[in-house]
Amino acid sequence: MKAAAFNYARAASVDEAVQMLVRGGGGAKLLAGGQSLLPALNLRLMSLDLLVDITGIAALRGIRVEGGTLKIGAMTRHADLLTSPEIAAHAPLLAKAIAHVAHPAIRNRGTIGGNLAHADPASELPACMLALGATLVIQGPSGQRRVQAADFFLGLYQTALAPDEILIAIELPALASGERAFFHEYARRMGDYAIVGLAAQGKPAGDRIDALRLVYFGVGERAGSCPAAARILQQRHSPAILAEAQAALAADLQPQNDHQASAAMRLHLARTLLARCVNELLGRAEASA
Amino acid sequence: MTDAPTTRPGLSELDRPNSYIGRAVPRPNLKRLMQGRGQYVSDMSLPRMAHVVFLRSPYAHARILGIDSAEAAAMPGVIAIVTGPELAKVCTPWVGVLSHLKGLKSAPQYPIAVDRACWQGEAVAAIVATSRAAAEDAAERVMVDYEELEPVADMRTALDAATPVIHPELGDNLAFERNLDAGAVDAAFAEADHVVEAEFVFGRHTGVTLEPRSILADWNPGDERLTVYQGTQAPHMMQNIFAKHLALDESQVRVVCKDVGGSFGIKVHVYADDMATAALSKLLRRPVKFVADRLESFNTDIHARDHRCKGRAAVKADGTITAFEIDDLTGIGPYSVYPRTSAIEANQVVNLVGGPYTTPNYRARARVVFQNKNVTCQYRAVGHPIACSVTEGLVDLAAAAIGMDPADIRRRNLIADDAYPCASPSGLRFEALSHHAALDKLLAMMDYSALRAEQAALRAKGIHRGIGLASFIEVTNPSPAFYGVGGARISSQDGVAVRMDATGAIICQTSITEQGQGSEALTAQIVASMLGVPMSRVRVTLGDTDNTPYGGGTWASRGAGIGGEAALQAGKQLRRNILAAAASILQADPDTLDIRDGKIIDAATGAERVPLEELARIVYYRPDTLPPGFQAEMMAVRHFVPRDFPFAFTNGIQASWLEVDTETGFITLLNHWVVEDCGTIINPQLVDEQIRGGVVQGLGAALFEHCRYDERGQLTNATMADYLVPMAAEMPDIDVGHIVSPTKDGELGAKGAGEAGTAGAAACVANAVNDALSPFGARITEIPLTPELILTALGRI
Repeated sequence: MKAAAFNYARAASVDEAVQMLVRGGGGAKLLAGGQSLLPALNLRLMSLDLLVDITGIAALRGIRVEGGTLKIGAMTRHADLLTSPEIAAHAPLLAKAIAHVAHPAIRNRGTIGGNLAHADPASELPACMLALGATLVIQGPSGQRRVQAADFFLGLYQTALAPDEILIAIELPALASGERAFFHEYARRMGDYAIVGLAAQGKPAGDRIDALRLVYFGVGERAGSCPAAARILQQRHSPAILAEAQAALAADLQPQNDHQASAAMRLHLARTLLARCVNELLGRAEASA
Repeated sequence: MTDAPTTRPGLSELDRPNSYIGRAVPRPNLKRLMQGRGQYVSDMSLPRMAHVVFLRSPYAHARILGIDSAEAAAMPGVIAIVTGPELAKVCTPWVGVLSHLKGLKSAPQYPIAVDRACWQGEAVAAIVATSRAAAEDAAERVMVDYEELEPVADMRTALDAATPVIHPELGDNLAFERNLDAGAVDAAFAEADHVVEAEFVFGRHTGVTLEPRSILADWNPGDERLTVYQGTQAPHMMQNIFAKHLALDESQVRVVCKDVGGSFGIKVHVYADDMATAALSKLLRRPVKFVADRLESFNTDIHARDHRCKGRAAVKADGTITAFEIDDLTGIGPYSVYPRTSAIEANQVVNLVGGPYTTPNYRARARVVFQNKNVTCQYRAVGHPIACSVTEGLVDLAAAAIGMDPADIRRRNLIADDAYPCASPSGLRFEALSHHAALDKLLAMMDYSALRAEQAALRAKGIHRGIGLASFIEVTNPSPAFYGVGGARISSQDGVAVRMDATGAIICQTSITEQGQGSEALTAQIVASMLGVPMSRVRVTLGDTDNTPYGGGTWASRGAGIGGEAALQAGKQLRRNILAAAASILQADPDTLDIRDGKIIDAATGAERVPLEELARIVYYRPDTLPPGFQAEMMAVRHFVPRDFPFAFTNGIQASWLEVDTETGFITLLNHWVVEDCGTIINPQLVDEQIRGGVVQGLGAALFEHCRYDERGQLTNATMADYLVPMAAEMPDIDVGHIVSPTKDGELGAKGAGEAGTAGAAACVANAVNDALSPFGARITEIPLTPELILTALGRI
């Protein structure tokens, strides 16, 4: 388990890193937290010509609030997100989700940008980006561009990033008055990749939930929004409405069979999560089995 | 038999200044290991050392048509690329059979596959280079031409006529079969009020040591000696085997085993990789090192379990269980592992089913079949979890059939505490067990009736919790009955040498080994106690065939009981020798002298007569002042092997309290209790750690650990992300209690404690899950108990 030899370069700025990526062609990769990339290299599941280390670029770190927007540098570590008062106040969904990301040693090195650029379908963070309506700020040879989260995650480990582009920041609309967040996942052990997880945010209004965004992860090739179920839950809550929304998940999700769980089990757990989510957002006691 | 005292009122004979037996003193090696100053083979480096990487078969079963290594051989840093036929000229093959396992057969196994790979992960070529990375680079360029063959992947069809025979010269895929019929089984079933039955399924899993298997072999052509630094549990066994297969005398082989990062039975076997590494060192005349990476560990460390066992029990309406019957099937991979064999686990299952109970009628069949998967062999608590899960699962089924409480049916059938010595229907001889005392203590520790009331109250609220019990017996302190009688050159005796040097320091060499159990600590505790010196004055050497007495090592829960007794006897003899020298110098009767806190004292008054350092000075530098004809012997050696019983059985009982989320199938372990009886407890903290560690490995098997093979014999989850080891967050508190029934086979009275936790943990978890699910009429007899299994049993998916 030794990585094949590769070249290594440390970038002092985003511009320099982009130039390195351009020169590296398709054979260059960025080193952010290294928590997925380095194991893949060591297992020789991938090889590369050039590793561009961007861990020293201070401008890529940090969390700040500007107006109603939360701006997070792409190289901000999970551990920093977990303890950030700004995240806790303005993006409680993200704060809840980060606690489920692996273990402290991994959270101390892993970064939000690295995670999103990796686009692991079982990861918590892409789902949060979709649920929060995030904007991803990308820099490439021809300058900066902004991409909505819904247009960023394209498939299994696939994003809208070109090989010579860097995800530099994430912008999240701050939690609006009356909005509530729900996050939960089912994993065999604490810190494991989830079998199924749900990131949701919406505005409870009496016994309805307005503006609900439901995003599942661990199900299918990428984090999956469930607009049909969310629409149904805009109606007044009743067991029949919940059941209808749970049934609608079958159309929104494409659960896979793997050694963690069968597709049937994933769909069952997704439905269980939905009931839990609705009860929590509406402030109802957890429905008993 | 006594309850282990939790508080010690007044003083006992153990309260002398240097009595360490029964005390939770810290292990002497703790500081070194905690400071990162351990000496692990994986960290070692020697001048001119080369690294070997094995190219491994991607197929479960394939013929090797050709290997083209020309391009790889020209890569930077490559020293040699060696194939199976080339290495077979240096190292002879082996066959893993033992004569007392009648009918056991296996095929010759080579260090590197010669013309056929029989499991995914079997080595087909060795790449030796100046670094591991260079060897891995070259391995990618070695081209092997394979013809894929049909694999035998399902043990249930391994014996079918339509299934290919893995080793045609053996005739079939049946490695071993044992049948046992004791008492009147058919009559017992005919006369039963209820007959219960189930098929119990046990997944394959493995040991997952923190430090992988590591070996550094150094053939020195000048000395004509092979020095092997290896993380092994049995240095003398390995010395014999390296010599035998590399055409050397045993005296030409030295095996050195310093710190080892975990073993659990994984490191007591002969691996093709290790033999190849030693052979390569001899072939290339330089040190060669192999450290398995994690992927290789999953593909080549022995696996264990993988049983399907049908069981039946006959029960009377009053709760008396009158018969057990089992039919066990296990798949062991393509070879029986050398030299301990892969038939021992099934053999143990036959021996141990029904072991805690008075049930007189017992019939068993066990079949061991070959398959194209990684080999299985002895892992912590060999056979015990299977026998215990089958027995205890059937006992709970019997209790349910007659409407009896699980604790009551055990009380009715457990062997009475005053019934010893006695024997089981399978012929196991029990010296002194304490099932009823253990059951009573366990029920008190867990407050059984209050827990049952809590369970009922919660069930009414839709919260489903379960209580599971599992009594067990454990094989410890094995005599030659385990391996020696079958012709294996595996010593069942151990030796300890103790000497006092010229400053009064105590140097001790023992043939048992340390992989974290506390062998070094218990040896120092016993020797210091026997001599009457502070423990800090005792230094213990282990794991070096040149520098320790000859012995078996550490496996089968034998270190404390056998090595500890040898230490006790050696310490006693050196004490006699020291007192004889002191008596001679002091012109006193040795019986009037004693050693306390490193000083010769007057036994009656406690008055100090002479410190040991002064005695040592006289003995070593001024022997001319000793009386004529007196020769001081400041070294004593003693060996020990149990003679009265083939095994020192221990017993115990475990309980699990858990909650099943019937919506998700997830299990939350809430508490775990163990009461065990390992006889004399040398170090309570080490014993409790052994029990807890063993329980955790048993809980891993119950809920998480599983080597998952597909229908082509491919291991699909060979990473730490996909193979789920038990982790702290999911583990419950584990409360440990003790009953103490010392063995009289030896003076120390200690039996083994290393495997008791693993023996019963999965059984009581499975019983607890089924207890929780009882309102739903669902019952699961398969481990690991995944959420998917539970949801399926509940009909939710």
